[in-house]
Amino acid sequence: MPDIKAGRLDGTALNDNFSDMLPGFARNEARVAAERCLFCHDAPCVKACPTSIDIPLFIRQIAAQNPIGAARTILDQNIMGAMCARVCPTENLCEGVCVREVSEGKAIEIGRLQRYATDAAFEAGRQFYSAGASTGRKVAVVGAGPAGLACAHKLATLGHAATVFEARDKAGGLNEFGIATYKATDDIARREVDYILEVGNITVEHGKRLGRDITVSALKRDFDAVFLAMGLGDTNDLGLGHEPAGVLDAVDYIAALRQAPDKAALPVGRRVVVIGGGMTAIDMATQIRKLGAEEVTIVYRRGKDQMSASPYEQDVAQTHGVTIRHWMRPVRLLSEAGALSGVDLEYTKLEQGRLVGTGETVTMPCDQLFKAIGQVFVPADIADAGTGITMQSGRILVDAERRTSWAGVWAGGDCVAGGQDLTVTAVEDGKQAALSIDRYLSTAAAQAAE
Amino acid sequence: MADLRVNFAGIRAPNPFWLASAPPTDKEYNVVRAFKAGWGGVVWKTLGEDGPPIVNVSGPRYGALHASDRRVIGFNNIELITDRPLQVNLEEIKRVKQEWPDRAMVVSLMVPCDEESWKKILKRVEWTECDGVELNFGCPHGMSERGMGAAVGQVPEYVEMVTRWCKQHTRMPVIVKLTPNVGNILRPAEAAVKGGADAVSLINTVNSMMGVDLDVMAPWPHVGGKGTHGGMCGPVVKPIALNMVAEIARTPATRGIAMSGIGGIESWKDAAEYMALGCGTVQVCTAAMVYGFKIVEEMKAGLSDWMDQKGYRTIADFQGLAAPKVTDWQHLNLDYVVKARIDQDLCISCGRCHIACEDTSHQAITSLVDGVRHFEVIEEECVGCNLCAVVCPVENCITMVEMTEGVDPRTGTPVGGHRTWMEHPNNPMAKNPQPAKLAEPAE
Repeated sequence: MPDIKAGRLDGTALNDNFSDMLPGFARNEARVAAERCLFCHDAPCVKACPTSIDIPLFIRQIAAQNPIGAARTILDQNIMGAMCARVCPTENLCEGVCVREVSEGKAIEIGRLQRYATDAAFEAGRQFYSAGASTGRKVAVVGAGPAGLACAHKLATLGHAATVFEARDKAGGLNEFGIATYKATDDIARREVDYILEVGNITVEHGKRLGRDITVSALKRDFDAVFLAMGLGDTNDLGLGHEPAGVLDAVDYIAALRQAPDKAALPVGRRVVVIGGGMTAIDMATQIRKLGAEEVTIVYRRGKDQMSASPYEQDVAQTHGVTIRHWMRPVRLLSEAGALSGVDLEYTKLEQGRLVGTGETVTMPCDQLFKAIGQVFVPADIADAGTGITMQSGRILVDAERRTSWAGVWAGGDCVAGGQDLTVTAVEDGKQAALSIDRYLSTAAAQAAE
Repeated sequence: MADLRVNFAGIRAPNPFWLASAPPTDKEYNVVRAFKAGWGGVVWKTLGEDGPPIVNVSGPRYGALHASDRRVIGFNNIELITDRPLQVNLEEIKRVKQEWPDRAMVVSLMVPCDEESWKKILKRVEWTECDGVELNFGCPHGMSERGMGAAVGQVPEYVEMVTRWCKQHTRMPVIVKLTPNVGNILRPAEAAVKGGADAVSLINTVNSMMGVDLDVMAPWPHVGGKGTHGGMCGPVVKPIALNMVAEIARTPATRGIAMSGIGGIESWKDAAEYMALGCGTVQVCTAAMVYGFKIVEEMKAGLSDWMDQKGYRTIADFQGLAAPKVTDWQHLNLDYVVKARIDQDLCISCGRCHIACEDTSHQAITSLVDGVRHFEVIEEECVGCNLCAVVCPVENCITMVEMTEGVDPRTGTPVGGHRTWMEHPNNPMAKNPQPAKLAEPAE
């Protein structure tokens, strides 16, 4: 019989396991870390940051004992600097190109310094922003995730009234529902949302889902501009037919874990398999280990280098006792009395650049299996736009200013094509879209005045 | 194995590393620890005249200038001379000298500026059988307000007068400690020589204020809300001291007097630099106060290893070798041309050389070449100023390479000649102006 139960670990163990995995810097640590920065000219780290934070400047401000000023430098470019400090794959971005990484293999700890500065500002209750003088313009924003909130915030500071439509009862998007719990302790995602909304002139309407409660065309009619940032509404399917009990969606489970008042109440299998190679797979596998699963295996159909989870994240999972198996894919779900008992895995290989099964299979007994094989856009949500919004590879096509092909409609975040599906790129999308909308509304206002 | 023994103005010591007159040499306990650790000698913390003991502040006496990672690079104090009774100090000095006869025991002195006071203290110090005395003409705070320390050291006539008294009233070698808080170090140095000093030691501390407390709006550190200037020492004063040592070493009126170098010595290399300019011993305080007495092990081993490597058997073998190379600007070769060279294998592409040169100097380093981040010297613009090498975080990545032939692409002038300002045609005062000359072509 499948071995799934709640409360594998007691409250103390769970608290330990889900505490801050990489705690913030103490003052002296921050100073020592900051003083290593060379204050490079035309710094590579700034270029590698999707939001172009002036990293050498904010680090110099920390070294000069002005962490609050440093926070302002960060938030001016990235209003979600606090969460990005925790979740950015910095080794692929700023820290990856740090000249000290290139020369010594030891980058300046930019992410942790950013956290130090933004934490200081939050602790001091410093609000740097306020709503701009009203322009009388209204913008609809769909989705209260990083892209939507960043857009709404920038619009508000520019004087435009933003109404954010959010399907869930809580704002924050994947920062609130999708990030591993131990990366976002102390309710930081909610505090960051509060900080953003505190600016004023932003209204969030919860329980409003695009395609169900609202439509793009209606928003376009009722508002001066529309920004679509609803993310990806569905997940990929294994395609193995009927799924017995015990087969779960990783995205849903991670969201439930983040919101769970009592983590001991979550069902945890003794032997767990996670299918996928991205951040969701890593977060899922690591967290189910932390909840008390004894054997956790990530199964990925390609090799280590093709995993979209960063090497650092893979290390985190492995350090927590997760086994990562490459070049395997699930081909059959096994069950006993309607409950999952195992999975048949087929070895894979590349043949002329194409992934194929070798025909050789192995059975891996398991009590729970999590699907973490990617999220997908739900085209039906914007069906009312007809062909007005051009799609590319199943997502919305936008230009450099994040304009869709439908005039007056912008889009950003995970729902647009060609993105990296990162919080930081979503924030940049929102910011750029807001600036573009502002230009559009200013021009429209000027034309109307003539 | 190099021989580190020294004979400094008649004072013998097993090595040239002495502790300067300062808190580390205030009492028997510390000095014995220092000798156990291997220091070659000490200058006992300054004794004053008999009478009611000196009173120090009970607020902070020390302040500091910190570099990255809180390394102390400047150290400041407002402590006065010893605040222990004279007789107690004398008895301890006598006892320590008896127990450690091979170590140099010099006693620092500061009494009011009258002959009788100096005569009296010298007799009492002789009783200790110490090796010599050092006249504290340098202490810049507190005592100077009472007409002693720097108040004497800043008036050459007083320096000469007191030195002469001391030479008259004692058989012991007399070292005059010089204050840097003067316009020209040669004046008091000359006075010491004229007064008959056996040696000079320099520098004493530099008048300074370490900072301002922006909450209290008072100097930092302060004593109950008010602060006063102190005397600064430590690595930041070494360049000031080296220059003063060099001036004494190269000036005919002072050349040849024994010198004990003081100021920011933290390692054997610092000491060797003082010695290369002519010092026979060095005195250390700040480094000991920051790291403890054990640092002398590194100093002795380092100096010895370096001497072995260079083939110097004794300190005298290299003492003063750099002094003749110290000259005036007008004697520098204006035809000597260097160009910066960036070692592309060592370059980490931080761009600091570029921005320093671009913003503040000669626009002689690229940042982009063919659209790619690349830092390369533009020889047509490079004046060889060394700024790029100074700001580069990688040692030896940027070096200044001498042009030995051809024409300087910046000036169009042939290199390899030898014209100083004295012969330069642009100098209206040049007695025998010389045109630029092409270097002799290589055979």
